[in-house]
Amino acid sequence: MSLPLFSPDTDPGPSFLNLLATEQMLDHKLNNTADAKKSVIEIDVPHGTTVVACKWQDGVIMAGDRRATSGNLISHRSMEKVFPADSHSGVAIAGVAGPSIEMVKLFQLQLEHYEKLEDRQLSLEGKANQLSFFMKSNLGAAMQGLVVIPIFAGYDIHAETGRLFNYDVTGGRYEEKEFAAVGSGSLHASTVIKLGHRDDLTRDGATELVLNALFQAADEDTGTGGPDPLRGIYPTIAVITKDGYESLEESEVAQKFSQLSQVV
Amino acid sequence: MSNMGFYVSPEQLMLDRANYAKKGIARGKSVTVVSYKDGILLCAQNPSSTLHKISEIYDRIAFAGVGKYSEFDQLRIAGVRHADLKGYSYSRDDVDARGLANIYAQHLSQVFIHDHKPMEVELVVVEVKADQTNDEIFHVLYEGSVNDEQNFAALGGEAEQVRDHLANNFKPNLDLKSAIALSTEALEAQIASSDFENSNSEQANPVETTNSSSPKIQVGDLEAAVLERNKEGRVFQRLTDEELANYLT
Repeated sequence: MSLPLFSPDTDPGPSFLNLLATEQMLDHKLNNTADAKKSVIEIDVPHGTTVVACKWQDGVIMAGDRRATSGNLISHRSMEKVFPADSHSGVAIAGVAGPSIEMVKLFQLQLEHYEKLEDRQLSLEGKANQLSFFMKSNLGAAMQGLVVIPIFAGYDIHAETGRLFNYDVTGGRYEEKEFAAVGSGSLHASTVIKLGHRDDLTRDGATELVLNALFQAADEDTGTGGPDPLRGIYPTIAVITKDGYESLEESEVAQKFSQLSQVV
Repeated sequence: MSNMGFYVSPEQLMLDRANYAKKGIARGKSVTVVSYKDGILLCAQNPSSTLHKISEIYDRIAFAGVGKYSEFDQLRIAGVRHADLKGYSYSRDDVDARGLANIYAQHLSQVFIHDHKPMEVELVVVEVKADQTNDEIFHVLYEGSVNDEQNFAALGGEAEQVRDHLANNFKPNLDLKSAIALSTEALEAQIASSDFENSNSEQANPVETTNSSSPKIQVGDLEAAVLERNKEGRVFQRLTDEELANYLT
């Protein structure tokens, strides 16, 4: 590897994606929409399923189940679908597992790369727009069946509030006021959150609400994995406040579930 | 380089270039690197709070440069790009300071010999390890030589006094407060010596010399950052003026 130096007219700026493009490391084969008619949807690839996010009094909370499915088979029992994007934001992903994980990895790098080159973080709005751009560039792959749908949530340091964003496959970006849910079990999960959501939810209240939502989704949808005490596998949960992104310990989630089981 | 058809010996050519680079570097203030118990501290005398001399490269790697800002900043950016590309194509664990120091050295020696002018910069690439004795400090000079320094390093025009001060006062297992004190004293030793030189050369102005107390660096003129040894992930952290003021009292 040599030192990646550029003349001013070819400089990729603070964007890691542009850097990859100038280094010819971006794979555009799937993004070619001319080939979109050739669908790869018949191939059984692992799919990640339900993820949810909602606001609470100090910020936002994100949660995802752990199951990945290929057709009617379970391909993975302990997949992670909720990731930190940077210190004050997170991204949760439903859809085809491979491209989802790749998109998260690139998105994290994009934010980190910008932060290091510019010596400041992007605004939350800027981060949300970046993800929109990622979605748009994935449209070709999505039309071939490799659909990825994220939720982006974070704490806006300037506005001093938690914010969350929904996306569609074309890169459309929609800011949600209360909650968002995507994936195969999202219908059931969002109903639970819709009924139980208040703006003044505490951290405990919000955790219970999203866990209940994922539990009900797993109860009704084969694609969504429920709590698995036998193997000690529970949903991934992250809270984001002004103090940053924090992943909940599995033991805390397990304890919350045992409380929940007394109610159900 | 144009020599208008006259013969210039290679020795003379190299010497001219080296002098040119050294002059450029000597104009800037020094930077210190000190390994301490819980990490590595980098300090610079830098009145600007936005044009940094010290920066983050990767999870456990930091960078500092002295000399011409535009030139070492260009190298910093290239370093971040190199590290991020390497971490993306292999793994985050595969990005190391030694590799980066080597490609900086390659680039600088290439420029020193082949370009119109050498780069007027001196760099340090540091990587914090779990154990203080394994900390890596690579000092890269304008003509591309690399020095593997132990425990501490000083770079910049007046680096000798600074390095002497560090060498005489460094102890292993310092805490952060002592490491900051050591670094600022070393940087102050440099100011004292350069003031002495100035007062010698400017004898027309003897009033300045009456102030004999050693000059102190103001918190606002100090840029400092640490690589924290016991943290995971990205461990680079800038110290704010408030934090520095607390440590310096």
